[in-house]
Amino acid sequence: MNTPLSWIKEYVPELNCTTQEYVDAMTLSGTKVEGYEELDKNLEKIVVGKILKIEKHPDADKLIICQVQISEEGEQVQIVTGASNVKEGDKIPVVLDGGRVAGSAHDDKPHPDGIKIKKGKLRGVESFGMMCSIDELGSTTDMYPDAAPDGIYILSDNETYKDAPIGSSVPELLGLHDVVVEYEVTSNRVDCFGILGIAREAAATFDKPFCPPVVKVTENSEKTSDYISVDVQATDLCTRYVAKVVKNIKIAPSPEWMQRRLAAIGIRPINNIVDITNYVMAEYSQPMHAYDLDTIAEKKIVVKRAGKGEKFTTLDGQERELDESILTICDGEKAIGIAGIMGGENSKITDDVTTMLFEAACFDGTNIRLSGKKLGMRTDAQAKFEKGLDPNTAMEAMNRACQLITELGAGEVVGGYVDIYPEERKPEHVAYHVEKINKLLGTDIDEDTMIGYFEKLDFAVDREKKELIIPTWRQDIKCLADVAEEVARFYGYDKIPMTLPSGSCTNGGLTLKLRVEKIVRNVAEQFGFCEAMTYSFESPKVFDKLRIEEKDSLRDTVVITNPLGEDYSIMRTLPLNGMLTSLATNYNRRNKDVRLYEIANIYIPKALPVTELPDERTQLTLGMFGNGDFFDLKGVVEEVLEAAGLKEMKTYNPDAGKNFLHPGRQANILYGDKVVGYLGEVHPEVLDSYDIGTKAYVAVLDMPTVVELSNFDIKYTGIAKYPAVSRDLSMVMKKDILVGQVEEVIRKNGGKLLENCTLFDVYEGEQITEGYKSVAYSISFRAADHTLEEKEITNVMDKILKGLEKLGIELRK
Amino acid sequence: MKEKLKSLKDSALEQINAAQHLEALNDVRVAFLGKKGELTSVLKSMKDVAPEDRPKVGQLVNEAREEIERILEEKKAAFEKKLREEKMKKETIDVTLPAKKPMMGHRHPNTIALEEIERIFVGMGYEVLEGPEVEMDYYNFEALNIPANHPAKDEQDTFYINKDIVLRTQTSSIQVHELEKGKVPIRIIAPGRVYRSDEVDATHSPTFHQVEGLVVDKNVTFADLKGTLQQFAKEIFGEDTKVKFRPHHFPFTEPSAEMDVSCFKCGGKGCRFCKGEGWIEILGCGMVHPHVLEMSGIDPEEYVGFAFGVGLERIALLKYEIDDMRLLYENDVRFLKQF
Repeated sequence: MNTPLSWIKEYVPELNCTTQEYVDAMTLSGTKVEGYEELDKNLEKIVVGKILKIEKHPDADKLIICQVQISEEGEQVQIVTGASNVKEGDKIPVVLDGGRVAGSAHDDKPHPDGIKIKKGKLRGVESFGMMCSIDELGSTTDMYPDAAPDGIYILSDNETYKDAPIGSSVPELLGLHDVVVEYEVTSNRVDCFGILGIAREAAATFDKPFCPPVVKVTENSEKTSDYISVDVQATDLCTRYVAKVVKNIKIAPSPEWMQRRLAAIGIRPINNIVDITNYVMAEYSQPMHAYDLDTIAEKKIVVKRAGKGEKFTTLDGQERELDESILTICDGEKAIGIAGIMGGENSKITDDVTTMLFEAACFDGTNIRLSGKKLGMRTDAQAKFEKGLDPNTAMEAMNRACQLITELGAGEVVGGYVDIYPEERKPEHVAYHVEKINKLLGTDIDEDTMIGYFEKLDFAVDREKKELIIPTWRQDIKCLADVAEEVARFYGYDKIPMTLPSGSCTNGGLTLKLRVEKIVRNVAEQFGFCEAMTYSFESPKVFDKLRIEEKDSLRDTVVITNPLGEDYSIMRTLPLNGMLTSLATNYNRRNKDVRLYEIANIYIPKALPVTELPDERTQLTLGMFGNGDFFDLKGVVEEVLEAAGLKEMKTYNPDAGKNFLHPGRQANILYGDKVVGYLGEVHPEVLDSYDIGTKAYVAVLDMPTVVELSNFDIKYTGIAKYPAVSRDLSMVMKKDILVGQVEEVIRKNGGKLLENCTLFDVYEGEQITEGYKSVAYSISFRAADHTLEEKEITNVMDKILKGLEKLGIELRK
Repeated sequence: MKEKLKSLKDSALEQINAAQHLEALNDVRVAFLGKKGELTSVLKSMKDVAPEDRPKVGQLVNEAREEIERILEEKKAAFEKKLREEKMKKETIDVTLPAKKPMMGHRHPNTIALEEIERIFVGMGYEVLEGPEVEMDYYNFEALNIPANHPAKDEQDTFYINKDIVLRTQTSSIQVHELEKGKVPIRIIAPGRVYRSDEVDATHSPTFHQVEGLVVDKNVTFADLKGTLQQFAKEIFGEDTKVKFRPHHFPFTEPSAEMDVSCFKCGGKGCRFCKGEGWIEILGCGMVHPHVLEMSGIDPEEYVGFAFGVGLERIALLKYEIDDMRLLYENDVRFLKQF
């Protein structure tokens, strides 16, 4: 929403502040200013000049030498120009020596800091300034249609400017001495989508009188209802329809002041009728539409839903297909407009129009928004209707438009209206409660002060009943909290004190899950893993990249119906794609020894199609390449689990069945009999799909399981007083026996006396039979209450050896 | 005898003084105090001394012995000290050689920002909670006063799973879950991922993180909201940070506000970083809309609340002056190791 400050000042004439003060105060009272542009910020020393004499340049065919009068007192300067559209006697904009212009005639866009103009010589002849085109003044011929497209702007050809005093300011004359302010209007403040709404806010903010236009309609004694009848069939979608007829139309350009204002808000002036509708829409935020009455069959307007598949050509020449959800404006035979969005080609105003039908209506905002979306259209009128307008404004806007028709001499307004308004919107009564408002805000504002704010906003106040009567344009005021916001806005958000909540104590802190996650982060980082974050949605193609089988339930996913693209269309069911993609990014950028971790969710649907929320499971994913192998990662996993309160033994089952991992280098991680996750070397084929040219390792821990198993109880055990005895055990066994199995036997048979067993050698090769390996353990025994005797140790060792024999393991000789 | 002892002692001390190294010192010890040393032989000749003189002579001998030993020790200590000094001199290292650093990982800037926020609010008695990312439309919109066909629903560009289930567009949905528990007073913050269908660019990501805050109690005021968030801003951005509250609109709070902080680069004078405004928009907040309380079963006549929502990425980008949001999701270790 853009408005020139001069336009606001018309309705708040006493507004007297700098642009910065205006911007700051408006933002603080709730009409946020996004930015502003001073139209003349790069225009300096530009005055109205009059060409007295033109001579040819002695040395250049394309240049002329002009003697230009630059003040009423007769001061003259010499200017050399290449422009060909000037003649003696013309009044033109002249930028004097040392002045500045906004752009150059050769560039499309204005220069950000303008262009400085200095006196100089052109082919040996002195020139003391420059005559300006509209581009050099920072505007365009779109906005100033009478300016020459590729030449000097001849001011004396324009009725309004021709008598401007010589030497007077050109920016002032052309309305460029103005500031266009851009506001961010929130969706609840429908009224502020019109300039009058913002002006009302400005008046209240600066505590100055608000002077909206005084509307008086001059009309003839005929009756509009004799020209047209209106039948609103879809009363649910059209809450009001006001029609009025204007005859004897004289299409002409609108006056300069109107053109300038429209130009300032970015609307191109077209002709008096179009400009009036745009002007009124800018003021009241009420779109209007004009139909050529002669094209309307049976002189009848019908507002109804379109037929299914109905074809309709809008005034931009496009054919559109409609359906029953779209509201149309029809005559006795056919559709002539899509309600609230765009009129039809068949009824549009042409230069030959003599009688027209003016429409100011109120349509259902949601319906307009959905229709616009369906049709892929986005018009200014639609943008206004979408907000949900106040039907009472329709009549005000109609009157204002008719007033302007008369003022501009654009036609003869026919008396009366056709006004279909079955259910009038009445002002709401909302209670105000001074004490409650203060209690909510933490302030101590007295009733009179509050009432002062309400009155500035045109709320009627009933002090007896402690009630406000809210004008219908303020649809956002419905309850006490809304009233409190109005009080806060005008009291000043900045004046409300800053305190800390009192009241009952609460026990702050993190949930167990978040505490465990924090521990896990610390351990992962201790081992060189940096925290990564990857997207939760990905492409269904990742399952192929990860070699997930067609029937695997991992392919059952939560699917986004309106994704940004297929690549972001499913919620992940395993966290590896993000990790591998990030590892690949690092690999491709030649980063060495990369270790990453991520703590984030996977989303497992409970049923397909999805009818309830999926199971969101937080996963710790570790990924690395470069320095380190499977066992380094295994070590990190163990440290992580240990720190997360899983202090007992973890076991590893190589039959993890993960297709994306190396078949001989993967394992499920078990704690007791619960699988808490898996780890392994990434399958070479998967590495290829991700363009990772080196071995990579990943581990995934299911955090809900980890949290469930975690136990942070610590019980001290006494430091041993009696010595330990250790025995080395060197064995030969078949290659496919896992050391994990050996260890299990040692632990099971070691009993209470077993303190520890440590693998210290695994060997295959010379001196060992093919298919066999040698494995050596150091086993230590200790008793808490006495020094062990040889006999006790031998007993235990015998048990262990017997256990090992059952696996076919022999002592190495 | 006395003279003999004195000359012995003098000769010993002379030799000690003359010794140039530890071995020479040892030779002196052996020569005088050793088994066959001169002083020892004096002791051995005690038998020739008259019995009545023996104690006196013995004392003299012992005195001489102690004196020699003491001087020997002193000299030895001096030698050892010198030797150690020489050794250390040779051991001098170039301390500017590179450190042997263990490989340490780093937290993601988002997490650093989050933990900072958690620290501040936990200190004020807030509990940290989470909620589902795949969420019922009801919790994400309707219960937050955003009914079907509300324009705000369009503005937030929601990803839909089906007509009732969405990817949450805001952590505000957690407010509703917490209110529904019906346990007041409430002081929580709730961090998490949120989703909006924005194309990826330097300032947009279809997924990002928010932290929601909610306080519900009997006497909570807008002034409390301001005070709490001022405290937060000062702790995050520095003690000199100033805050500015501007009226704004959110369907689930009333009155609503946006909070700006004074630019921490220029201190509020206006610079390129704050686009000349001196202020940077940080978060949205407001008093919980009575209708929201009511829908979740809290009596708005008895209880009031305030709520706020902070974008984590926004804080991280501002605090660490990161100029492209995409860096946060690329996971290049050269980026991550800077935090």
